Amino acid sequence: MRLRPPRRSARPPLPLLLLAAIALACLLGRPIGAALGLHMMRVDLLHRLAGPSLLHPLGTDELGRDEMLRLLSGGRVSLAIGIAAALTAAAIGTAIGLTAGYLGGWADRLLMRLTDAVIALPLLPLLIVLAALDLKKIGVPSWITSSDDISFVRILVLAVLIGWTTAARLVRGATLVTRSRDFVRAARSLGARVPHILWVHILPNVLAPLIVATTLSVGDVILLESVLSFLGLGIQPPLASWGTMLTNAQDLIETAPLLALYPGTMIFLTVIACNLLGDALQQRLDRRAADHA
Amino acid sequence: MIRFAAIRLIEIAVVLVLLSFAIYVLIGLMPGDPIDLMRSADPHMTAADIAHLKAVYGLDRPLLARYLAWATGALAGNLGYSRLFAEPVLTALLPRLGNSLVLMGSSFVLALLIALVLGSLAARRPGSRLDEAINLLCFAGVSLPTFWLALVLILVFAAGLGWLPASGVATAGIGGLGDRLRHLVLPVATLTAASVGGYTRYVRAAMLEALAQDHIRTARAKGASEVRIIVHHALRGALVPVTTILALSFGSLVSGALVTETMFAYPGMGKLIFDAVMGNDYNLALAGLLLAAVVTMAANLAADLAYGWLDPRVTYR
Repeated sequence: MRLRPPRRSARPPLPLLLLAAIALACLLGRPIGAALGLHMMRVDLLHRLAGPSLLHPLGTDELGRDEMLRLLSGGRVSLAIGIAAALTAAAIGTAIGLTAGYLGGWADRLLMRLTDAVIALPLLPLLIVLAALDLKKIGVPSWITSSDDISFVRILVLAVLIGWTTAARLVRGATLVTRSRDFVRAARSLGARVPHILWVHILPNVLAPLIVATTLSVGDVILLESVLSFLGLGIQPPLASWGTMLTNAQDLIETAPLLALYPGTMIFLTVIACNLLGDALQQRLDRRAADHA
Repeated sequence: MIRFAAIRLIEIAVVLVLLSFAIYVLIGLMPGDPIDLMRSADPHMTAADIAHLKAVYGLDRPLLARYLAWATGALAGNLGYSRLFAEPVLTALLPRLGNSLVLMGSSFVLALLIALVLGSLAARRPGSRLDEAINLLCFAGVSLPTFWLALVLILVFAAGLGWLPASGVATAGIGGLGDRLRHLVLPVATLTAASVGGYTRYVRAAMLEALAQDHIRTARAKGASEVRIIVHHALRGALVPVTTILALSFGSLVSGALVTETMFAYPGMGKLIFDAVMGNDYNLALAGLLLAAVVTMAANLAADLAYGWLDPRVTYR
């Protein structure tokens, strides 16, 4: 087999640039629109479903709102869910993986059985039951259930519930390997406390595969959000994400197919950028990560 | 190995009991309950009627007692009656299970065949243009929202060109094998596009590992052709991990492709579970979810056992 040195270059990978551009546009969309005198929620019933024009580069939607601004604002919601859920899942998974890997014994068995069970379940059907739960029946106060952001939080929780397992398995595996290494044993014999050992000696060794897994899961969460939105269980008005925009556009697919094309393309571009970035990071940071994944 | 299988079977049983209880509780927590539905259908109902109905259906008893009553019935094969379809749960479930198996099975076989070809091609020269093109194609496949792809396919091939039907399993009154196959084309294409990327990357990794083995070098040294090396020597080794995805995917065959089935109005398990959950059909939702879980876990166990059978170096602790 021919061996090549891994290609390393100083310029940032293309997917990172694409992601940064999308994120920046989503963040700046509202202020720039406001400076131009456009507002996302402004309804203009005389110019419904208009084609592209100088004022509305992507045309308008079924209520005459500027499609470009809606797209950028939907992206803020989609990206925020993706990043927040991926980070939370990574943090919880890391805590569980460190506990299982360091303590070993019955704690390890129990936590890993739990991880296996979550991985083995038919998740999407179960998520639908969870997404449809009546929060009032489990005693969540009504000021929370009637809040505008409740659908955002609900999806965040669901994505974390199924997402933590990847990080847990990665971190547990690496912890098992690392904890019997000499420098960890030395630290222990010097009287270092467990949290210190975990934080300073073990965690840095799992960081590379963890970053890769978290990058990949940002894309997964954005896809999950769009699927739940499609099933009517996702982001609810007044919030709008790419998933809800795509779902709404289905009703108008005959008259305005472009309204479905835009959010679908944005989801596709963002998710593929996350996946390619994760892949590129994996090849750069840690060649062994491929064996663990 | 028998000990390993026995322990795993016990674990599966424990998980199933816990899971069935969890689903039972969760479904009770969804909006609306059966008595509310009856009350909204009949405004003349009095409080006494409601109490009477609750007693008849056992809804006044504590949760655990209700669950135990359901579980003993389920173990005896009595899964109750489906509200949505107005027939016994099993009668509603089984034909849809068959439909899902046909849909998922054909797309699985198709995706696996494509993945074997693409994965082997990509593994031949890692880092080459071809490898990178295939890699990009794989990522494109897994990054597409499934329902968006389904929507585009319907727009182009059903609404636009009119070549293929957009929904259902068969045209009413025509039937026949050809008609059924025509109804399968678009959903199978959607599912295959969504899954082929993951499989290809898996095959590529397995193939790379297999090609690095000593006996491949020996075969090369003997002057065997590239095709013979890949098909005859490397594929065998690469198939071991591929078998695992085969078994792991079996669970999803049963739980169906919820989104694809909904998009194409294909009456399979995924759509059934979704409709049951949304339509407050408790018995049906419970049975559907549990059936999907049982088969998924059984398939995972089969995957573990097959691994050891195919690769004698694997030991079970």
